[in-house]
Amino acid sequence: MTIIQFILVGSALFALGIYGVITRRNAVLVLASVELMLAGVNVNLVAFNVYLQDPILSGQIFVLFIIGLAAAEVAIGIAIILMIFRNRQSADVADLNLMKG
Amino acid sequence: MMHRIFASTSQVLLAAGEEGSQATEGGYGTLVPGITSGPLVEWAWLIIVVPLIAAFVIAFWGKKLPMQGWEVAWGSMGFVAIYGTVLFVVNATTGIVYEGAVEIAKIGDFTLEWGWMVDGLSIMMYFLIGVVGFLVFTYAKSYMKDDVRYTWFFVSFSLFAGGMLVLVAAPNLIQLIVGWELVGVASYLLIAHYWEDYANVDAGNKAFMVNKIADIGLFLGVIIMAVSVGSFRFSDIIDVVVRGEEGMLSQYAFWAGLLIFIGAMGKSAQFPFHVWLPDAMAGPTPVSALMHAATMVTAGVYLLGRLFPFYLDVDGLFAGDVRNIIVVVGGVTLLLSGFLAIVQNDIKKVLAYSTVSQLGYMVAAMGAGAYTAGLFHLFTHAFFKALLFLGAGAVIHAVHSNNMSDMGGLRKKMPITFWTFIIGTLALIGIFPFAGFFSKDEILASVRYAGGSGQDAANFILVLGIAGAFITALYMTRVVALTFFGKYRGHAEPHEAPRMMTYPLIGLAFFAAVAGWINVPGVYTGFTTWLATRDPLTGMGDHHPESFDWLLVFIVTLVVLAAVAIGWWLYGRDADTRAERDTFRIPVLWPLFENLYYIDEFYMRGIVRPTMGPIARVVLWWDMHVVDGVVNLVGLGSVGLAKSVRSFDQNVVDGIFNEAGAVIGGAGSILRRSFTGRIQQYAAFSFVGVVIIVVVSIIL
Repeated sequence: MTIIQFILVGSALFALGIYGVITRRNAVLVLASVELMLAGVNVNLVAFNVYLQDPILSGQIFVLFIIGLAAAEVAIGIAIILMIFRNRQSADVADLNLMKG
Repeated sequence: MMHRIFASTSQVLLAAGEEGSQATEGGYGTLVPGITSGPLVEWAWLIIVVPLIAAFVIAFWGKKLPMQGWEVAWGSMGFVAIYGTVLFVVNATTGIVYEGAVEIAKIGDFTLEWGWMVDGLSIMMYFLIGVVGFLVFTYAKSYMKDDVRYTWFFVSFSLFAGGMLVLVAAPNLIQLIVGWELVGVASYLLIAHYWEDYANVDAGNKAFMVNKIADIGLFLGVIIMAVSVGSFRFSDIIDVVVRGEEGMLSQYAFWAGLLIFIGAMGKSAQFPFHVWLPDAMAGPTPVSALMHAATMVTAGVYLLGRLFPFYLDVDGLFAGDVRNIIVVVGGVTLLLSGFLAIVQNDIKKVLAYSTVSQLGYMVAAMGAGAYTAGLFHLFTHAFFKALLFLGAGAVIHAVHSNNMSDMGGLRKKMPITFWTFIIGTLALIGIFPFAGFFSKDEILASVRYAGGSGQDAANFILVLGIAGAFITALYMTRVVALTFFGKYRGHAEPHEAPRMMTYPLIGLAFFAAVAGWINVPGVYTGFTTWLATRDPLTGMGDHHPESFDWLLVFIVTLVVLAAVAIGWWLYGRDADTRAERDTFRIPVLWPLFENLYYIDEFYMRGIVRPTMGPIARVVLWWDMHVVDGVVNLVGLGSVGLAKSVRSFDQNVVDGIFNEAGAVIGGAGSILRRSFTGRIQQYAAFSFVGVVIIVVVSIIL
């Protein structure tokens, strides 16, 4: 197993995430796609940590933080989406255009 | 603050020492200076300031005070009276010579000073203004009781007294002029106090204008004098005179002296400037009393006294020639106005002409070189003339008329007024031992002395003075007879004046009776030694009698008694039975007297109207064409300028801002399109941006 394989997997996950963020209409799925991007980044971090043989494992610790952060983010994101849905009976991001110039 | 006590001490001493002359022989004698410093004299500036502050306080808060401001005016005059009396008494025993000054501005070499003289002459005036003013203010409370402008009256009245105090305290000519004009403006306000009646406004205007014409003389004289000496200070001017220094002052002395005397003629109502004083009777009686006694009319005599060495002119370098003019003006005034007093029906006008006549005595005395005598008469005259005016005011108050044809028989109904009026009359006509006897006798004795040294003018004045004494006694007998004797001819119910009015009368009567005793030749000469002296090291160099001139006393007393007898025979005899008593008429003279020698008419027809009409027309033309033209031109110019400014503003300035706004707005409406509100688009842009940054950074 070389580092390049891990990077390919991470990049694939990240690209999929971007695709999901840009294309999904449903806000919940957009949120899920963001989680996918975070997963891709996590893979990269772990892979590089091993590859560089970091004695204090900073890459892996950082990943733990990201996971915690992602959980919190999802909790808040889901709550926001829920409130939007309650108010507008829709969770379609295309409808959320109040900031249109 | 600085205190300057006669810088030129040694020079003066030298000059006096060399001459070795004595005060009674002409030339400047020496005196030992008394008090020259200490709190008593250093705080004397309060005398000037307190009445002026009182005027302001009354003007702003007078109506809110329980007695409507009277108490402030009265209190301030009381203060001046007390301070003045203390100074007077101290000066009479020890002598005071002090001059304080505060520098208020400095322009190049010229220093503008505000100061206060505390020497014999000024102290005499402080005392006079304070005591007479205090009594008159007391009287005025009751007299003015129902007046519409009660508070305002006391504002002007305090200003009047304050202005006079500024004048007599002045150590330099500038402050003197300030006081001079303050007195002028306050007198205008007071004479025209009852301005609802147009005649009173006219009288105020007349007083103001006549004084103003005379003031031109004063201003020119002061300018000449100050430029010649290089200083406005009296002490510097007198110093030049005492040293007998030839120079610019001696060159222009005649003109300076004459012009300043013209100023003095205006304030002291000398012929032919006397016309304003009788008309000034339009003011309330307390005003007349103060104006004729201690303030205003004494200013001219005071000024002559202040500059006396300049006029006396021992060295023959200065204004000695003016003295002949002064003597003649004084003599003419005392006689002519005396005649006018005989024919007046208005009691106040009789007293007014009497004042003019007595001022004639003072001025003539000054002109004859009798400094002490002139000021002594000023001093005593202030008391008895104020007394006579206040007495006349009490009578007017009782009968509601100024005319003696509405009076008569008041001696029983107003006993206090009657007796005090009699004392005033005796003092005025010069009966021993009342005040006027001493002062008038001193004037005549001094004039006789001057005549003895070969001056024809002085001999002439001696005759006029004795004739004046006769006339004075005649018209005063007439006043007393018509007012207090015979039958009452008025319509109101006369009654004795209230206490607030009779107490001042009694106070003044006391002074009128005893004031003469402060200068009895050979007995007590405190007045001569200290009270009239204004220079510490030089006497005035005038003549004053060492003992009574018994011949003169005898002649004058005889003349006066004769006049009283004739007056009584003409006006008082069988007064109870005669209906019309004032019928004594001389064919040619009487119309002349009654029309005041046609002087007023001459002024009106000869000067005022011929100048007023053409001047008015010229001024109107000037106003209509030149001034209006300029004003219109300026107006049109302003409008044009405003229009061009407006168009610039609207087009250029506004254009710039509008254009800038439009550009920004346009840019905004273009950029606005990129904000679609679609989150995913933003996200896509952001990713693309990151990709671009990465690609670019890799390539570079």
